[in-house]
Amino acid sequence: MRLIPFVISTVVTTAVVVALSRPLGNAAPMPLGSFFSPQHGFWQNAEPADQDFSEQLKLKGLKGKSSVYLDDRLVPHVFADNDEDVYFIQGYLHARFRLFQMDLQTRAAEGRVSEFAGAGAIDYDRAQRRLGMKYAAENALQEMEKDPASLAVFSAYTRGVNAYIHSLRSSQLPLEYKLLNIQPEEWTNLRTALLLKMMAKMLASQTEKDFAYTNARSVFTPEQFAALYPQVPDSLLPIVPKGTPFEKPGIVPVRPAAADSAYPAGAVAHHDPAAADPTNGSNNWVVDGTKTQSGAPILANDPHLELSLPSIWYEMQLSTPTSNVYGASLPGSPFVIIGFNDSISWGVTNSQRDVKDYYEIKFKDASRKQYWYNGEWKDASLRVEKIGVRGQSDVYDTVAYTHYGPVMYDDSFNDSLSGKRNLAVRWVAHDPSNDGWTFYLLNRARNYDDYTNALKYMVCPGQNFVFASKSGDIALWQQGKFPARWKDQGMYIMPGQDSTFNWQGFIPQEENPHAKNPARGFLESANQRPADSTYPYFIPGSYITPRGVAIEKYLSSMSGITPQDMMKLQNNYLNVMAEDMRPILLKYVQRDQLKGSASKYLELVENWDLFAGPDSKGQTIYQTWFDSLNRAIWWDDLSQVKPELPFPDEETTMELLKRDSTSMAFIDDRRTPDTETLAELVTGALNRAAANLAEKEKEGKLEWAAFKNPTIYHLLKQSKKMIVLGRQGLHVGGYGNIINAITHSHGPSWRMIVQMGPLTEAWGVYPGGQSGNPGSRFYDNFIDTWATGQYFSLWLMKKSDALDKRVKWTMQFEPEA
Amino acid sequence: MKFLIAFLLTAALAFTGGLYFDWWIIAPAAFITAILVRQRPGIAFLAGFLAVFLLWAGLSYWIDVQNQHILATRIAKLMGVGSPFMLVIVTGIVGGLVGGLAALSGSFMVAIKPSSRS
Repeated sequence: MRLIPFVISTVVTTAVVVALSRPLGNAAPMPLGSFFSPQHGFWQNAEPADQDFSEQLKLKGLKGKSSVYLDDRLVPHVFADNDEDVYFIQGYLHARFRLFQMDLQTRAAEGRVSEFAGAGAIDYDRAQRRLGMKYAAENALQEMEKDPASLAVFSAYTRGVNAYIHSLRSSQLPLEYKLLNIQPEEWTNLRTALLLKMMAKMLASQTEKDFAYTNARSVFTPEQFAALYPQVPDSLLPIVPKGTPFEKPGIVPVRPAAADSAYPAGAVAHHDPAAADPTNGSNNWVVDGTKTQSGAPILANDPHLELSLPSIWYEMQLSTPTSNVYGASLPGSPFVIIGFNDSISWGVTNSQRDVKDYYEIKFKDASRKQYWYNGEWKDASLRVEKIGVRGQSDVYDTVAYTHYGPVMYDDSFNDSLSGKRNLAVRWVAHDPSNDGWTFYLLNRARNYDDYTNALKYMVCPGQNFVFASKSGDIALWQQGKFPARWKDQGMYIMPGQDSTFNWQGFIPQEENPHAKNPARGFLESANQRPADSTYPYFIPGSYITPRGVAIEKYLSSMSGITPQDMMKLQNNYLNVMAEDMRPILLKYVQRDQLKGSASKYLELVENWDLFAGPDSKGQTIYQTWFDSLNRAIWWDDLSQVKPELPFPDEETTMELLKRDSTSMAFIDDRRTPDTETLAELVTGALNRAAANLAEKEKEGKLEWAAFKNPTIYHLLKQSKKMIVLGRQGLHVGGYGNIINAITHSHGPSWRMIVQMGPLTEAWGVYPGGQSGNPGSRFYDNFIDTWATGQYFSLWLMKKSDALDKRVKWTMQFEPEA
Repeated sequence: MKFLIAFLLTAALAFTGGLYFDWWIIAPAAFITAILVRQRPGIAFLAGFLAVFLLWAGLSYWIDVQNQHILATRIAKLMGVGSPFMLVIVTGIVGGLVGGLAALSGSFMVAIKPSSRS
């Protein structure tokens, strides 16, 4: 032996192997040796383009034999003999094709991101825990497991997910696990509940602006406040058609005498590091047989969410001897969420209702063990949260729970500007509910009565459920559990030292805004206020008005409608806001004061056809001009307090300008001695916008799509490098206020059209693909179809179609002997 | 001849081992081969390097072609190595380096002192 060279060489070899086995750091946690190994690492995720998905599976926990037929788009058509097997298989397939997203989203829901992302995510995790996400899921779980039928269904789904997880060898782990160097975790019914609470947070949190409004009270008079943040916009076309009479309210909450004076005064500056996207919105509409060419109702739905790869939706058909449903499912939950069966179809948009309030709590001392309530010290329960952090020791956070709910903000959780306020959150999502059961029942609904019965289980997030049946009924219900508020209740942080300001009850379910078979022959919802001012309850929310106006504009004038017309409407680019706003801009702009390219841009806006297509320059200029004007009008007023107050909705600005060219003196810049006029602001805004636009034009980015760079990010978008797993630069137009509501990275996450004729015909598309594997040709293969406004025909397969040529692969499931 | 035997044995052991063990099995594979098939250290390194290089590059190339470069295009961008083909080469080098060093260690273990070599 040559000892010295041997020792040196062995040490070097060992050092190299060890180095390649260790994560490079938080930014690149994958060990390079196993990551590159073609037998273990990412190469194993490179699926052959001609991959055979057919399989014979013998799995513990199944009751009988089932078949899954995968079509040419990799959509599974599941045929099972009973409920438990069908949901077992749904769980198995969700895990087989989308395991990482389910795992990631539920870990995030629980506030466990720091475990793999490191210290940077601690604030996010604390916010999740302080909002009581797991507490909410635990309350839901009790309700889900109370009913034996429900318990059986959710447990079967969980068993299915775990059957797949247990079958995985480490080389078969989805790519993201290898990148993050983590392992999948066992599924539980609690995780299904957590996923549904994540949806509740996405859709029914941040629909309130309690902090900002509390601040606004300190600078605006009640009249100004009402003008800036009106409850009912002039241009509103509500979900329940105007003129529909409402019943006498079943509950009339009593406004406390101290309502106006007792609010805690002064600014708050709490931050929420987990702030939801305020632009979450959606469209759905339905037309009855009188308006269609075929005489059958047509239903349309496109939920707008943050677009991601893998997509939030997974398309599938679930069939048993007693049910047969097709549509978009949510990996992490059983059931089809948006879809149709042999008898009915349904879809959802978000209600945008405010179902979350904050109460100021007075603790006896720093221990936070007792708080003052109705004249005595009441015990709070303390929940100690242990947050695991990659690369460092655990972090502990103690959250006090009151009868309202968790004290989300206190001394230990707020930002440097805030006072020492303890704020407990009262949120409907904390209340026990089995929201998923709505979908179990909708999947099986045969008629209007089944549909209304199914809706009763939906507590949070409140949704607008559009409905059409083969028997010709159309309907739209806003469903959720909504507090019955006295006027202005919950607009601001409320005193929590006695029961005076508590919620006094909930709006009776049958009084939720709804409409059935209206004379006009159509119904629509697009996140607007559900009813006009005649609705007998105070219902604040983050409503979005323009898209509903655009949809009604078209639907009211259309007749002989075909499914193709509905496809065109879902992809429509009309900027209905600009239709009202452009005349104001053109009226006030001072042409002789324009500088540089401003005149040229003005001409483009004048000649613009008002459509925000991908190649539109008018849309880019209009939007930039409007944004610049908006800032000029409001910023001096809104920035009087920190943090700054939210901008009024765009239709509010437009309506104010229409009524009054001084907009109640808001036009004047309060920071200057002069009195500015609207003409000066409009002109200045165009000059500023033009300077910016000239730069963009040089870069070739004056066309709307190039300007906004539509992008679908991978779920791990926090890491910039992960853009390689997403798609950038899509050639699509649209905006949040346009029917085809595509912004930079947000938009129609699933488009579906269903015609309820003798034979149900349906079309759909989502910007993703059925496989969550970035190494699969099914990862993003729907995107181009989606971007060009095309659809796939959705195939409600019959078991006797097993030999149809659309069936490409078959998975056979049977119980392990 | 010896070189070819060492080369083939390393590749065979590394591949078979990879089916049952973690990625580092390529190191023992090359190490043991170098003990069984005595060669000069430099030659042993070359045999170990080439064996694992070609095994890893070959396997990944085969996978990449079948995958029509879908994943390698993304990962190449992620790792900043340019193209799927370059990613195949980098994969080969990572494996080859470990294989070569392990073979070198093995050869030193059974080597005769240079002075006594004929």
